[in-house]
Amino acid sequence: MPDHEERREERMPTLQLRDVAKSFGAVAALRSGTLEVWPGSIHALVGENGAGKSTLVKIVAGVHRRDAGEFRLLGDPVDFGSTAESKAAGVAVIYQEPTLFPDLSVAENIFMGRHPRGRGRRIDRTRMYAESHALFARLGVGIDPRRVANGLSIADQQLIEIAKAISLDAKLLVMDEPTAALSGNEVARLFAVARSLRDEGRALVFISHRFDEVFDLCDTVTVMRDGAYVSTARVAETTEAEIVAKMVGREVAELFPKTPASIGDVVLDVQGLGSTGEFHDVSFQVRAGEIVGLAGLVGAGRSEIARAVFGVDGYDEGSVTLDGRVVPKGSPRRAIRAGMAFVPEDRRQQGLVIESSVARNISAVIRGGLARTGLLTARAENRAAGPWAARLQVKTSALDMRAATMSGGNQQKVVIAKWLATGPRLLIIDEPTRGIDVGTKAEVHRLLSDLAGQGLAIVMISSELPEVLGMADRVLVVCEGRITADIARADATPENVMAAATRSTSATAATKEPA
Amino acid sequence: MSTATPVAPASAETRTYPAYSRSVLARLLLNREAAVIAALVVVFLYALGNVQYFDGPLTIYNLLKEYAPILLMALPMTLIIVTGEIDLSVASTLGASAAVTGVLVVDHDLSVPSAAVVAIVVGALLGALNGFFVAYVGLPSLAVTIGSLALYRGLAEGLIQDKRISGFPGALRTWPTERIGDTQYPNIIIPIIVLAVLFGLLLHFTSFGRSVFEIGLSDEAAHFSGVNVARTKLILFTLSGAVAALAGVYVALKSNSVATDTGTGFELKVIAGVLLGGVSIFGGRGALHGVIAGVLLIAVLNSALQLDGQGSEVIQIIIGLLLVGSVIASNFLPRIRALLPRRAVAPEVTSKTPVNGDHTRKVAQ
Repeated sequence: MPDHEERREERMPTLQLRDVAKSFGAVAALRSGTLEVWPGSIHALVGENGAGKSTLVKIVAGVHRRDAGEFRLLGDPVDFGSTAESKAAGVAVIYQEPTLFPDLSVAENIFMGRHPRGRGRRIDRTRMYAESHALFARLGVGIDPRRVANGLSIADQQLIEIAKAISLDAKLLVMDEPTAALSGNEVARLFAVARSLRDEGRALVFISHRFDEVFDLCDTVTVMRDGAYVSTARVAETTEAEIVAKMVGREVAELFPKTPASIGDVVLDVQGLGSTGEFHDVSFQVRAGEIVGLAGLVGAGRSEIARAVFGVDGYDEGSVTLDGRVVPKGSPRRAIRAGMAFVPEDRRQQGLVIESSVARNISAVIRGGLARTGLLTARAENRAAGPWAARLQVKTSALDMRAATMSGGNQQKVVIAKWLATGPRLLIIDEPTRGIDVGTKAEVHRLLSDLAGQGLAIVMISSELPEVLGMADRVLVVCEGRITADIARADATPENVMAAATRSTSATAATKEPA
Repeated sequence: MSTATPVAPASAETRTYPAYSRSVLARLLLNREAAVIAALVVVFLYALGNVQYFDGPLTIYNLLKEYAPILLMALPMTLIIVTGEIDLSVASTLGASAAVTGVLVVDHDLSVPSAAVVAIVVGALLGALNGFFVAYVGLPSLAVTIGSLALYRGLAEGLIQDKRISGFPGALRTWPTERIGDTQYPNIIIPIIVLAVLFGLLLHFTSFGRSVFEIGLSDEAAHFSGVNVARTKLILFTLSGAVAALAGVYVALKSNSVATDTGTGFELKVIAGVLLGGVSIFGGRGALHGVIAGVLLIAVLNSALQLDGQGSEVIQIIIGLLLVGSVIASNFLPRIRALLPRRAVAPEVTSKTPVNGDHTRKVAQ
């Protein structure tokens, strides 16, 4: 464990932000951002969505220029006008989804803009590959520098960004929700890399909504709320409850409050569903009032199953029946008519028309019924959308605001409002709270619980184990495209769910009868 | 107490939202369509006062007569560009359908209305072929319609075979270009107005039209909401072909002849008008009244500059500059808009709104 007191004598903080502010028009995204990150430390930055974390990161990265406040790097006052300036000063930012050049090789991506040159100013590929290889060896990962970036997993892409940062000798690495799209093994590998960078004396900032990760990886944690600094503490000296309380400014009583609901008749009946290369022999039923959780590792095929059931993708064999009627495959429109609703994983690309207004998004599915003699007016859309926005407590100043201007939690509320407006029989919700702040998360859970209580059948896909265990009446575990376990609420534990999620399909029979 | 569930029926506690964040005036005036309409009015009034003969009895008549096919084709083109696609083959479809009309009427003695129906069906099929490749095969419309631009022109040439078809019989030939009463307006504006209203309603006042915008903004999100993206595109390309064919029939009758080069280059005029009218080439944004103003603006400028004795090179340069300028301006308009104050509804509403779901305190107040 690095000794902070001693370090303070001989070194200065890598990054110092004091009362940094940034406004966009009339909106103050960051009022008073304060952050001090020391070399050889992994510093967690936590806060609800809209707390100002991303704005703060973008100021450090040189994307935005601050309006006020002090910004020092290695003790020197700096003021970045571009990302190039911040890179040159030793700052590297690893985003949730890196943007590599897909058609270039891994090594070319690492050395983009500064390829090693050989004779006659030609690019010295041999050296480039050798240096890339050395970088990966140092990180302890086995990525082939010669392969093209296209097709690499997000985890590998992040490691390439990290390799790039090290080759630039970055003193400060900021990781903005790097683990959101990673599987368990990938997270472990990323953390190993992060620790080795810490031990080299670099300063790391780690942004995450997952507290177990913060407690596992970081030594210091800074909490932000409503665009302002709240507190900084040693991780060893604080608790999750304390951090959550500071983030939301109040105690969050219960995050996963699924209340018992009377389970009714079978609503969804999926039989023998299969799609080559995606999933096989998937059969399950969901009853009215029941929340069925689909657990499993990222990439196990959970989302693919949901997409096939809803008709966004087709399938090769099997059948989907809703309320006793077969739902034709490959048509979301038919699925909607049958009574299905689907809140997809990717809000910005799939759940919402992000550049469209709140009203149009909420009324998107029901608008056919809003037309009178075939004609649809904005007034009718607003009338239909307003009450739904209100019921879900969407925070927006007007119904014509673009969804893109809202926080992730509010966007999710808009997506849910859109589907509840259709009066569905079955709601499939993929990662209901991914990237959503703690307060809204509790609201979404309460909502799902209430909906189940009103007789809605719910399929909930989630990579957060506590969410699955807290919300689901029954947990179906998907592993490598097959359902490997069907565990009742009372029997579900993190251990047996994770065991089924990582178990090969040969052991299926044993897990279907939980002891 | 337990907090109010979000699905509980709307009560007095629930907030209501204003429909718009900007005032009526700002919404009506601060948009690209208003800017184009204003430019059209300014240019028109200036030309009336300053260009000799512009106020003459034939100016508007000639202008509408010449630009009728452009106006017609701009209607479905607007919808296609709003979805983020493009149809470059419209002028060739026009040429092909003009050739069909010519061959049927002149060589096979078919009546003009029957020939027109056949030509429009042919045009719709040509458009549907484009639509099939774009929507169901998934090819980019730019590539598909560059191909069909050549293909359909080739069909026209094959039908006409290096000769000029002329000599359309009958009174119906002159009907489209005859004036309505004593006005300056040719009869062709009647179908144009009818179609403009229909396309305007289709784009702005139907669920189908909303889908068109959604596809332009995000076809993936549209698909996830149950919009049949492929079918929508197929319909639009089919309409485009049919309307281009109608324009082809008109052109054949107007000039009383069809040649292999009938309508060449029209597609660029159509697209220029659509873009000048405020439709985003990236899709998702635009309005039909802006497009009509955009096409008319080009028409009025063209006519005024011609009457002013300017050569075609000057006219080309001015219209080109206007188009480039409108693209630049449309990039600045949102910034200007951002500087203007928004309607002061936001603070008042938020003060009544529970923050982070803190309902209990609000009830106590």
